[in-house]
Parts: sequence; C-alpha cells; structure tokens
Amino acid sequence: MNKITLTIDDQVVQVENGATVLEAARRAGIDIPTLCYHPDLSLAGSCRVCMVEDLETSRLLASCVTPAADGMRISTRSAAARRARKLNIELLLANHPNDCLGCDRSGSCELQRLAADLGVDRRSVDRFAGQKRKRPPVEQGFSLKRDPNKCILCGRCVRACGEIQGVMALDFAGRGFDAIVTTAFDLPYSEVNCAECGQCAAVCPVGAITEISEISRVWEALDDPDMFVVVQTAPSVQVSIGEEFGLEPGTVVTGKLIAALKRLGFDRVFSTEFSADLTIIEEGHEFISKITESKKLPHITSCCPGWVKYAECNYPDLLEHVSTAKSPQQMFSTIVKTFYAAKSGIDPEKIFTVSVMPCTAKKLEKARPEHRDSGFQDTDAVLTTRELARMIKEAGLDFINLEDGDYDQIMGETTGAAAIFGTTGGVTEAALRTVKEVLTGESLDRLNLGLVGIREAQVEIAGRVYNIAVASGLANAAKLLDDVREGKSKYDWIEIMACPHGCVGGGGQPFSRFSDAKDRRARGLTEIDQNRQIRKSHHNPDVISLYEEFLGEPLGEKSHELLHTSYQARNVR
Amino acid sequence: MNCVCGHAQENLDRYFSPLYSILNSYSKAESSLIPILQDAQEHYGYLPQEVLREIAGHLGLSLGKVYGVVTFYSQFHLQPRGRNVIRVCTGTACHVRGGAEVLKAIEKQLGIKAGGTTDDLEFTLETVACIGACGLAPVIMVNDDTHGRLTPEKVGLVLDAYRSKSKAGANTAAPVSRH
Repeated sequence: MNKITLTIDDQVVQVENGATVLEAARRAGIDIPTLCYHPDLSLAGSCRVCMVEDLETSRLLASCVTPAADGMRISTRSAAARRARKLNIELLLANHPNDCLGCDRSGSCELQRLAADLGVDRRSVDRFAGQKRKRPPVEQGFSLKRDPNKCILCGRCVRACGEIQGVMALDFAGRGFDAIVTTAFDLPYSEVNCAECGQCAAVCPVGAITEISEISRVWEALDDPDMFVVVQTAPSVQVSIGEEFGLEPGTVVTGKLIAALKRLGFDRVFSTEFSADLTIIEEGHEFISKITESKKLPHITSCCPGWVKYAECNYPDLLEHVSTAKSPQQMFSTIVKTFYAAKSGIDPEKIFTVSVMPCTAKKLEKARPEHRDSGFQDTDAVLTTRELARMIKEAGLDFINLEDGDYDQIMGETTGAAAIFGTTGGVTEAALRTVKEVLTGESLDRLNLGLVGIREAQVEIAGRVYNIAVASGLANAAKLLDDVREGKSKYDWIEIMACPHGCVGGGGQPFSRFSDAKDRRARGLTEIDQNRQIRKSHHNPDVISLYEEFLGEPLGEKSHELLHTSYQARNVR
Repeated sequence: MNCVCGHAQENLDRYFSPLYSILNSYSKAESSLIPILQDAQEHYGYLPQEVLREIAGHLGLSLGKVYGVVTFYSQFHLQPRGRNVIRVCTGTACHVRGGAEVLKAIEKQLGIKAGGTTDDLEFTLETVACIGACGLAPVIMVNDDTHGRLTPEKVGLVLDAYRSKSKAGANTAAPVSRH
C-alpha cells in the first residue's frame, strides 16, 4: 500500500495515496468545517469553507478537494486559514435572508451553526451589504418546497439527485449572480421526472429545500372536537425519531412514540406495520399467482411512492411488472375509513387519517386522485418524522421520559416481518417468508441481504430456485430495470426503495450528525424483528380476523376494490 | 388538449423531422449536447421546450440537465428571436460619443427595450459591452454587419435596410410594434 506522510497542525499523519487533506485531517481527529462537502457525494469544492493553509507555500487550499501529498505541512488553524473560512461564511451570509426566525432549519442549519462557531456577527456581514437574490419561493404540489433565496449553491441537492438517484430533476440554471437550483423551465415537480423522494432536502445544509409542512392541518384536526383523528406510524419512525431528542440513531422508542401521539390528542394510535402485513399478504399472493400461472416476471414491489413515480416517468413500459398492491400507508387509511369506521360505529366523514412517515413522497402519494377507495380521500395528512418531532417539541412533551404506551386495538398487532419494511430488503424478506410458508409449509431462512447498493439472493421454494434482487437508491434501481427492459434480467422478484438504505434513509428523517445513522436505524429494525413473537405477516391475528370478518380472501373481490391500485405512464423526463 | 385538425401527428413529425436529422448526425453521447443545441437553434431560431424534450430523450439526459446547460450559455435562447439581431455597443468609447442616444433612438423606433424582440419577429435588440470597433464609435452590429459613426437620425435608414420587403419603405419614424 502506497502511504503518504504529512503534517497537519504539527501532528504527523499517515494516509494512503489518493486521500484528501480533509480526510487526512479527520483521520487525525482534526475537524475542518465543511459545507458543500458530503460523504455520500462527489467532491465539489465550491463553498471554500474548508480552507487550510499550506505552510510551505503560504497558499490557501480547499482541503476537501486537495489531495494529500508527501511532506505537506498544513495548518488548519493559522490566522490566514481562519480568516479565509470566516470571510467565506460572511460572503455567503451577505446574500442570504438571515431570517432564521421561522426558518424550518433553524437549529439544524449547517450555515447557522458555522456562523456561530466561527464568530460571525451582524457587522461583519453587513460590511458586504449589496444586492441580494430575490426570487419567489416555490411551493407547488404536495411534497417539497424551495426557497431560492436561502440557497447557498453548494450543489449537494443537485449531486444527490443526479448521483444517488440518477434523476437529475434539479440542476443549476443561469449563471453568475442569477444562478439558482431549479427544475427544467421552473416546472412544478409534478411535471418533471422528480421522484419527490426528498433526498435533496435530506442533504440540503440550509432551509432552501424542505418538506411542505402539514403540521397546522393536523393541529386543526386535533383541535376539532367533531373529528376522530387516527394516526399510523411507519416502521422506520420508531428507530429515528429519538434522534430529535438527543438519542443515538437506531434507538428503539416505539412506546414513547405511541405515548407522545396519545398526549398530542390523537384518538387512535396504530402502526403502519399492521397494514404492512396486509400488503405482504396481498403482494405475496400476487407473486404466488404470477409464478403458479406462469405470468410475466419479474415481479416488482410497489410500496415506495418515490419509486412508483420514478417508474411512471422513466419506465412506463415496465409498469405491468409493478405490484398492484397499495402501499401500507394507503391500505391502512382505506381500512380505517371502511372496516374500522363500520366496526367502531364512526362516520368515516368525521375520521381524519394522519400518517407519520420517513418520507416526502408519501405526501404526494396520499394526494393521488385514485386513492379515494373509501369514498373519501383515504389519507388526509402526512407528517414526516421531522414534522412530528416539531409537534412534540411545540407541545412541550418530555419525550425521553414518557412512559411507554401501547398501540390501540383492533388494528394494533404487528409482526417482525412488518418492522423490517422500513429498511431495504425488508419487504422482500417479509414477503418471501409468507410465500414460502403458504406454498410449502416450510420456514424461510434469514436472507441477510445487506443494506447497500444492489444485492441478490436465490431462494428455493417448492423445488424451484427464484432469483431475487434488491436495490435502494434509484440510480441502482435503473441498472436492474434497464436489464429487464432489454430482456436480459434473470430476476423473478425485484424490490426497489428510492432512498439509500430504504425508509431508514428517507427524505423525511431527522438530520443526523452521524455518518452511519442509516445503518444504525436499520439495525434497530432488525432488533425489533428478532424480538417480536410473531415474525410472519400471515400469522398476524388482527390481519387474520380482518380477512375473516371483512375482506374475505387475499386477492378477492373486496381486496381488489380496496387494497389494489393502478399506475399511469407520465410523459415527462 | 388535442388539436382538432386531424393532422396533429403528421404536423408534429414534420416539425421534428429536421431535429431528428440533426440528432442522427451526432453520436448519442452527452458530449454531443452543445453542438446539437447549436444546430437546433440554428434551424428553429431558438430552443423551444418541445425541442429540448426531444433532445433530452434522445441523449438519455433529464430535461433539467439540458435546461441547466441552455441557461448557462448566453448563446442559447429559450424565446423566439428576431430575424435580425441588433447589437448596440455600450462600451466606453461608444458611450462618450453618444451610444446611449443611438440605443434610445432604436428602442423608440422599434417600440421595444434592449433585450426585447418585436412582435413581428423582425428585430431583436441587445446591448454588448464592446465589439472592438472603437474607431467607428458609436457603433452597432446588425447580424454580421457593422454600422459605425451613427447618429440617432441615421438609425432609421439602417433599420430600413433590414426590414423584410413588404415593410421596406414604411415610415421609419413609426414603431413596428409596441410592448
């Protein structure tokens, strides 16, 4: 191995050839502030916040893009380096609204934190007073909004959209002072190929891209004594929301989450895991019918609304492969406004269904016009994990010290299979547990699919071997789908999650200072699965009685009417 | 909304057919984007959204990416351009010799401001920092022709020479269109 030795702040550091000065410094425990740098993305070197001084040449270098060289002597703390970093932050703030009060990212904003850390004050910014970017905020559609005036043009969103998702819906437009990040022709997200996954918001260091908040609509429903407000929580929320209250990523806080929702005034608190089991049963039987009747394969999952919109835009010719089973969110709300309403004697018109999701695309999904099978809009409001945390803080709840609560009945039972829906590979494992047992009576071994990129497995069911593939991140998905399109794919089952690591890495999840937060959240879900007494969806007693009392059989007439949906080709790029 | 003429597809094919020839004359690679944009603009006079969609689809790029490139370069235009492009020099030499008055006279005669295009698409009016002909100040360019030592009074004659035949000889003082 080719090693390089350099000195950073009088410390001798050894790194492998090709490492950057920033990487070398961090390895030595020296933190250099960054803004446009993101560990999951390519290097840009555009913000110039990570400046350090080369003591040999007295030159200032952007450490994130400077390769470490043998014999280098670097200072991260010299007067010149500190002055340069501070100046660059001041210049960014000189073209920034600086109205932190009321900004969604106040408290989690990287620019705000850097300004405080570097001792930037009002006077030092005001000396650069001049023209500022004045563009109208963009708030169209249901999922995401942009405030171009807050944008610092670091390009993290552009890189995430292009590199992780392969979508390229966002790009820089214009040049110089007029440059902004926008969609083609400033079109709304609904009219371009955007998956509305929210990875742009997840990597944005400031408040330039955020989810469209539904907090006030939910408060209104909670404050309305005539409304019966039902909430469902997605599996991945219970392993991430604790981070908003200082807990480590992956800490399982299911009981506190339930308790907090009850304190906020929700009339019933359920888990989306209940309907994840329902999805597994419907989708599992759909797969069984495809393999027993030799229908067209691969079967592709449909529970991720970001992936669904991406497919509609980019692979409309493959929509026939996509499961018609609704996502757990939509199944849940439909069942609440039909079965649950009838059983509890509540007028479905008076039911307000809220879901807490790790996701911004779920906001779009709920608003799709076809999701009115209950006779009403099935899901009324979607809160991201971050939005719910804000409500809990607004209500002044001491989240960490809440006594654990329990999910309400009669849609409160959950399984291990449903919990792992929140991570890439989970839907596949959950579905195949059911498929194999229904077809053969045998249990499925753990698949251990891993969490990153494209993974594959072979599963033997009733003497036949099935080829399984799992992808998270849409750029990865595209590799699998291009093969399907060209007839080269060997797979029988493909699971796609738009966000890296699946829902634990969703666009609505807390901003984490831990680079391995997604892994730790995924481990939290695996832990839940292992500790659950019931680990297979078709063993969920509440789901079994739902079929007995109401739905009849999987893929039956009632299921078809209430639990399945359709897709539309979108002629956009 | 669909067109009721019954020839929508046929018309569309005819509209795009020159574009398809352009696309086929380049390799299907991202690096072909700029030359394709240049040729398409040469043919259509500007870059309509539908044309950009076809180009993006052909190259496997998103429309957002193509839009980013188009808006970055000042050579590309998203709005229709006049048949004649007037560039008025606003450099230092032209400025001191009355360039601003020349610009004002052209704006008045065409009824548009700098950056605008007349409704009949006869003229697009732009300003440039310097065209490097300071000895002729104040100077303008119309298409590839240079007109120097101009005065507000001479502007009408110059413009007349470029008006299409049906309009040539019209009263030079009357604006062709207004905004």
